[in-house]
Amino acid sequence: MMLEIEELSVSYGAVNALSSVTFSAQPGAITAILGANGAGKTTLLRSISGLVKPRSGSVCFEGEELVGKTVENIARRGVAHVPEGRGIIEELTVEDNLRLATLWCIRRRERQGAIEATFELFPRLSGFRRRHASTLSGGERQMLVIGRALISRPKLLLLDEPSLGLAPLVTAQLMALLREHTDGTDVTVVLVEQNARSALSVSRNAVVLNLGEVVISDTAAAVAADSGLRHHYLGF
Amino acid sequence: MSLFINITLDGVSSGMIFAALALALVLIFRATKIINFAQGAMAMMTTFLASSLLAQGLGYWWAFVAALAIGFVLGALVERVLIRPLKGKSELNPVVVTIGLLVVLEGIAGVIYGNASRGFPAAYSQSGLTVGRSKIAFSHFDVFIVVAVLVLMIAILVLFRATTLGLRMRASAFAGEIARLLGVRVGMLLTLGWALAGVAGSLAGLLVAPTSSFSPYYMDLVLVYAFTAAVIGGLESPVGALIGGLITGLCISYVGGYLGSGLQPLGALVLLMVALMARPEGIFARHSVRRV
Amino acid sequence: MRQQGPPRHSLDNTSWLRRFRLPTQPLLRHLILALCGAGILYLVTSSLSPYNDYEIGEIALYVIALAGLSLLTGMNGQISLGNGAFMAVGAYTMALLMTHTQMNFIVELLAAIGAAAAMGLVIGIPATRLKGPYLAGMTLLFALALPPIADKWSTTFGGDQGLTTTVPNAPGNINPEEWLAWIQIIGALITLVLLANLIQSRFGRSFRAVRDDEIAASVAGIHVGRTKVLAFVISAGCAGLAGGFLGLSTGVVNTGEFPLTLSIQLLAAMVLGGTGSLMGMWWGAVLLVYLSQWSTSLSGYFNLGSGASAYLATIIFGVVLIVVMIAAPTGIQGGLRWTWRRILGLLFRQPAVIHPASGLPDDRVPIYQSDER
Repeated sequence: MMLEIEELSVSYGAVNALSSVTFSAQPGAITAILGANGAGKTTLLRSISGLVKPRSGSVCFEGEELVGKTVENIARRGVAHVPEGRGIIEELTVEDNLRLATLWCIRRRERQGAIEATFELFPRLSGFRRRHASTLSGGERQMLVIGRALISRPKLLLLDEPSLGLAPLVTAQLMALLREHTDGTDVTVVLVEQNARSALSVSRNAVVLNLGEVVISDTAAAVAADSGLRHHYLGF
Repeated sequence: MSLFINITLDGVSSGMIFAALALALVLIFRATKIINFAQGAMAMMTTFLASSLLAQGLGYWWAFVAALAIGFVLGALVERVLIRPLKGKSELNPVVVTIGLLVVLEGIAGVIYGNASRGFPAAYSQSGLTVGRSKIAFSHFDVFIVVAVLVLMIAILVLFRATTLGLRMRASAFAGEIARLLGVRVGMLLTLGWALAGVAGSLAGLLVAPTSSFSPYYMDLVLVYAFTAAVIGGLESPVGALIGGLITGLCISYVGGYLGSGLQPLGALVLLMVALMARPEGIFARHSVRRV
Repeated sequence: MRQQGPPRHSLDNTSWLRRFRLPTQPLLRHLILALCGAGILYLVTSSLSPYNDYEIGEIALYVIALAGLSLLTGMNGQISLGNGAFMAVGAYTMALLMTHTQMNFIVELLAAIGAAAAMGLVIGIPATRLKGPYLAGMTLLFALALPPIADKWSTTFGGDQGLTTTVPNAPGNINPEEWLAWIQIIGALITLVLLANLIQSRFGRSFRAVRDDEIAASVAGIHVGRTKVLAFVISAGCAGLAGGFLGLSTGVVNTGEFPLTLSIQLLAAMVLGGTGSLMGMWWGAVLLVYLSQWSTSLSGYFNLGSGASAYLATIIFGVVLIVVMIAAPTGIQGGLRWTWRRILGLLFRQPAVIHPASGLPDDRVPIYQSDER
């Protein structure tokens, strides 16, 4: 019951974005993917959710091969991918953004309940439910995409830079919330972050990427303790 | 004065037809950012097929429904076979391909049905209604045109605003990648959008045919008028298509009534130029943000 | 791009073929090519029958129209469905001047170019303000709107009969078809040299910059709107000259010569020749001149009724548009270049530089293909 990535290679034309990446992520824990710009973190998430077709290698989730499946079918297997930046659909209302995520996984009668539960989790959003999502602030957008990802009760949650552009306090709240939804459950979370310090503080495991290759894959504590590694690749 | 009223009434009924075809253009444009220049030719084809069915002795309403159904299938087919392979390429490719489809369909219709224009029956009487003591230039058939297009518009609006299928279609149109990540089968819904556009276009074709010289080229001008209407309406919203259609229909009708029908296309050109100069995003576009 | 200083040094100086390089100065290079072309065409025209000369003249005039369209679409990323109508503007301008004045015939041709370009300015200014299909739709409307105007004021424009044109007298005992063909060939070669230089100039670079990324171009200081209008006006001017020449070839100018299908045929021929290429337009022009003949014999072969041959030609043009766009966006000229480079690569053991995403040679990456990420 885990995510296993083996020898995954992705190239854009002649440029190798990922070369033979291998690691696994356990359920009930956050696995942080760290590295500088251009290390291949986003490409890694995009190839797990099917947005990018890998050149070779395998992505195995719950014993099932994901490579070759369509994005929609991967999503319907319980993989929720929150892409970097514009993850919301601005032209839809806040409520419709949430409803959209319930259509394939929650029965018609229970959908409104699930939406209300999400508004309880993020009370700030409930005041904007009929507003276009384009009117939300950066923090509110991030709440909406996280709420939308959680509403489908995913088994695998892929988060791309959720702290981007958020104030430190909000980032801390977000990380705490993530941890709360992961610990003691069977949800596997893969968290891509520039902000290595805060990501390591909530993760159990960490993978450091550099130029498309895995530098180290170890426990978060071990990565945080290695000052040479931190200095070289993580910038703190 | 009565001339003015009659010209206005004529403008309303032709405006409703332009609105139906403009709606087809809008349905496709907002989902795929493509203008389907073959939409008129597709409608021509379905109407020609309907006329063949009528010649076989089929009843008018059966042929009418068959034309709409063929329009649905043709729209889906065009999306799957011709448009899908262009995904990810320049926005000029679909323009060229739909223009190619336009002339292919006209050529096929020409080879099969010949050059001579033939008649196509109207659903209801085309002689003017009598209001008070005078006869006005608005017939039972014109009433049918207005009602049919309004029903189509309302059905599309209800589909988009009030059903989860519509929610999925809107999400696919606005943000395809995000919608796919949420489990929405975007590819199928884009095909459905083209199919619905095929229905709207077919309706326009059936409504134009009785009042025009029914030849392989009879939808060419209707298409450019519908394009004008869709651009005026902002190319994004069904309501904009309706308003744009009425504006275009009235303008064309006044130009035709007072200056001569030969100047109608020029009138539409001037209208389109004025609309683009005044408000490039369309007069009824909701927002004017262009993303980098 | 203008190269200053010595040409690119090849490490492999032993290959004899590389010594015979054309000059790198664009103007000189293009003039030499044009003179070579003129020489070949002179030999061809003087040895063929008058009717073949007439056809070669027609090919030359279509090359002018297609080259303008190729510049607009290939270099600047805009599509016009109205260049047949701009040809009509040029043709009628020239014919009107011939009917009412006694001007020099070169002045009349220049007026044809000017009138079509001015019309291009009027249409282009609103339509080029936006990216996307607006120009295509507007020019489509223009192509449909123009012919009825000539019918409406039939006393001025000659109605169905149209206006007659006269070819200036040939010097000496040259036969008139050959003389007309020569005028048209010279016009085509001058146009090609001018356009080829324009493409390599500062303007050409800004055309391409706007095509590739409008926002980046405007940040780099290029006036996007003006650049697009300029490209459109140039293509309309080329169409005007071609229209004038077409009027000379046919002897009369009437609206039947310039239907919407002419504009669409121009687009198909341009796409088939190779969008963005100038030399490829010769292929497209050959298609334009000979396809209707071929389709007539084809419809006779299939025993289709009279009138069907025109529709058959239409179908072929449409199929060309669709198939080329889906299967081979670089057209004939792109395919030829690719083959030539492969041969060179095999001969000199230097693999052609292949663009990674499209699998095409690096400098001929189709304009129509952006890499999908």
